Amino acid sequence: MQIKDIGIVGYGIYIPIYRIKIEEIASQWDRNVEQIKKGLRVESKSVKGLDEDEATIAVEAAWNALKRAPEVNPKEIGAIYIGSESKPYAVKPTATIVAAAIGASFNIRAADYEFACKAGTEAIISCIAQVKSKLIKYGLAIGADCSQSWPGDELEYTAASGGAAFIIGEKNNKTIAYFEGQYSVVSDTPDFWRRDTIQFPKHTGRFTGEPAYFKHVIGAAKGLMEELNLKPKDFDYFVPHQPNGSFPLRVAKQLGFEESKVKPGLISPYVGNLYSGSSPVGFCKVLDQAKTGERILLVSFGSGAGADAFSIVVQDYIEEKRNLAPKVEYYLNRKVFLSYGIYSRHMSLIRGVNYA
Amino acid sequence: MRDVAVVGVGMSKFGELWDKQLRDIFIEAAIEAINDCKIDLKDIQALFIGNYSAGTWVQQEHLGPLLADYLGISPKPAMRIESACASSGAAFYIAYMAIASGLYDIVMVGGVEKMTDVPTENSTTFLASAADREWEAFLGMTFPGLFALMARRHMYQYGTKREQLAMVSVKNHKNGSKNPKAQFQREVTIDDVLNSPIIADPLTLLDCSPISDGAAACILCSSDIAKKYTDTPIYVLGSGQGTDTIALHDREDITIMKSTIEASRKAYSFAHLEPKDIDVAEVHDCFTIAEIIEYEDLGFCKKGEGGKIIENGETEIGGRIPINTSGGLKSKGHPVGATGVAQVCEIVYQLRGEAGKRQVSNAEIGLTHNIGGSGSSCYVHIFGRKRR
Amino acid sequence: MFIFLVERGGDLMSKPTSPRIWQLAERRYRLIGVKCENCGKIFISPRKICPNCKSTKLIDISLPRKGKIYSYTIINALPSERKNYGPYIMAIVELENGCRLTAEIVDCKIEDLKIGMPVELTFRKIGEESESGIIYYGYKFRPIS
Repeated sequence: MQIKDIGIVGYGIYIPIYRIKIEEIASQWDRNVEQIKKGLRVESKSVKGLDEDEATIAVEAAWNALKRAPEVNPKEIGAIYIGSESKPYAVKPTATIVAAAIGASFNIRAADYEFACKAGTEAIISCIAQVKSKLIKYGLAIGADCSQSWPGDELEYTAASGGAAFIIGEKNNKTIAYFEGQYSVVSDTPDFWRRDTIQFPKHTGRFTGEPAYFKHVIGAAKGLMEELNLKPKDFDYFVPHQPNGSFPLRVAKQLGFEESKVKPGLISPYVGNLYSGSSPVGFCKVLDQAKTGERILLVSFGSGAGADAFSIVVQDYIEEKRNLAPKVEYYLNRKVFLSYGIYSRHMSLIRGVNYA
Repeated sequence: MRDVAVVGVGMSKFGELWDKQLRDIFIEAAIEAINDCKIDLKDIQALFIGNYSAGTWVQQEHLGPLLADYLGISPKPAMRIESACASSGAAFYIAYMAIASGLYDIVMVGGVEKMTDVPTENSTTFLASAADREWEAFLGMTFPGLFALMARRHMYQYGTKREQLAMVSVKNHKNGSKNPKAQFQREVTIDDVLNSPIIADPLTLLDCSPISDGAAACILCSSDIAKKYTDTPIYVLGSGQGTDTIALHDREDITIMKSTIEASRKAYSFAHLEPKDIDVAEVHDCFTIAEIIEYEDLGFCKKGEGGKIIENGETEIGGRIPINTSGGLKSKGHPVGATGVAQVCEIVYQLRGEAGKRQVSNAEIGLTHNIGGSGSSCYVHIFGRKRR
Repeated sequence: MFIFLVERGGDLMSKPTSPRIWQLAERRYRLIGVKCENCGKIFISPRKICPNCKSTKLIDISLPRKGKIYSYTIINALPSERKNYGPYIMAIVELENGCRLTAEIVDCKIEDLKIGMPVELTFRKIGEESESGIIYYGYKFRPIS
């Protein structure tokens, strides 16, 4: 679908300060550190603080987005959507907590989305649609997670915490980028899931690759490029979902994007897989450095499965707004490393014990 | 306004009284007070009880009638007064007013607290209710934490040394070792204090008064009839009360306790006395820093010099102004609601010459100082061997 | 089929209740205080009477999100609601407009703590009633780097 008249008014991210190194997790389970690092291409992942959760991350990201949108009065935001798979409540939306924390009006639409790691981009699409149909002036879309992983499972090396927020509005001379087009694919693919009474998710190993991640990311990317009549060479950046440090490079190669177009938005080697925050935060890292007129292909992937592709073109107003809030680099550089024991407290892994 | 005298005093042992219930601990103190003078139970016209939070610690409210019942004085009037750690200092004030006004001739006033029936962390939560629940405790502040903030600021503004805080604990333990009712009867050194477990930096375990059970009681009557009941009545010469903000962050300078300044100035003025006239004092050392601040705010030294006067030994038993000869809250113990009246007991023993190894020579005038929370309430009473 | 239900920390006595928290929640999320229109003094708690000049003309204001540490401590002896969370840093923070409040300091190394250290607002979990109860959020502060 072509768009052209909807843009991003402000963007912001948040990554917690804590990290755990791959070798710390691997040595806990007596695994071969070098093989794991080589396969995943991840050095460490981010870990939420004892007093952080998906809601606190969403609020910090939203506050940063508002810092980059000084012309927006929070009361003008007509819809708030948060995508996550690690909400603190199974029933009670995080969107209302964010609404209260930003001072939104009583008269708004709000809900939480779930579609594994693409829930954040679903929220963006909803906001685009409501702005385009003139239902709202501004929409706030957030992708945030403090993802859980089964201790000892391979996903434990990458399931991390972080989020990004976007204020969506009509394209004008104060938006920092605009959407050229959007294309989504969905199929019922059982690659990764979590049952509602079980604390940790499950996945199907190698099945999560070709039939899931690659099929949908490539499907959405190709679908969008065909619709917009664009080729990989027309894009300056490619930001796919980042479950680890190697899948993004492989899918880029398969689609015909050079590594140099992927590297600027690649955050997984340092902070792991931010799930609903993954491709959105990578996208923000690109926004932190992109120049006017440059074109970005953003493709999220959600297990279950589906992918959302966006073509976004940067506007010159980004130079005015970029420095109004901390950049992704700032969050990547603040780190405190944890031992596995302390990490297990942060992630409530020990049954029967709660920090609060 | 009539003159009031204290004719009988009594205290339970303070400590972890595992096998005793709240009501029994109080009755023990009450009986000792009765036996300390020639008053009979039937002479008592009213009962005033200071207690902070029996409702949370032992799930019992309505202590006035409960203890009047167990004291055997029903249907006489009884009430409970609460002002956090100054509950029985406040109760004493109410009892004093009851007689001074002419409404009563003989009353009993006491205080009691039973804190050890719950785990320590629960006590920490209950104690935080004396602070501002919504704007301090809810955000994670604890009661020792508040005094730790004061200590850090006092050290920053006046150069008070960590060791000077420890000296308060050393002095009070030394005094407490001479007090058979005290919870702790052993002496400690400055190193012991500095090396004890941290409670709220920079305060360590030995900077903090303990969690205790205990009760104290005393009998007040009009001065005109005091000599009928005892040969050594001790007279109330003056009384003063004050408050300060509930939240520490709302004070201009957190090293000053305005409640103490207000209460003590009122008490001195009422008694026509000055700080230099006080021979012995029991002050509220819930934490070592509190005693240092109280030296200053009670007028025993200039602001900021509290650390100096403890270091110079001025507040030892033989010093210029002996403070906390009982061992203070630190060593005697701090069953919250009982402390105010327990301080009165010590001053009465001192002025009667009955303080044994803790005796201050020629003690004529004594002062008790009792605060609640981080100094949000304060009650000061001044006592003398002679009538006003 | 084995179902296990573990209720952690369900001690009703020391846990606040949902409506009481909700009454002040938005003020704690967005750092809204009150200002006396008569004498200009600013407070974190929503007073109706100014303790300084006794005026009843107090209005809501958004407080600045930056400040510095006025005094601090490290809480080691933990209250029951924070039994497994700690030790933690508590401080009185003086905001840029002079208003003071009490808050936890997070993401901070103990060696870096000092009176006068600049800090900024962050949104965090303050606690929860229990594993099945409501979660409550509010203000904490972290060092500005």
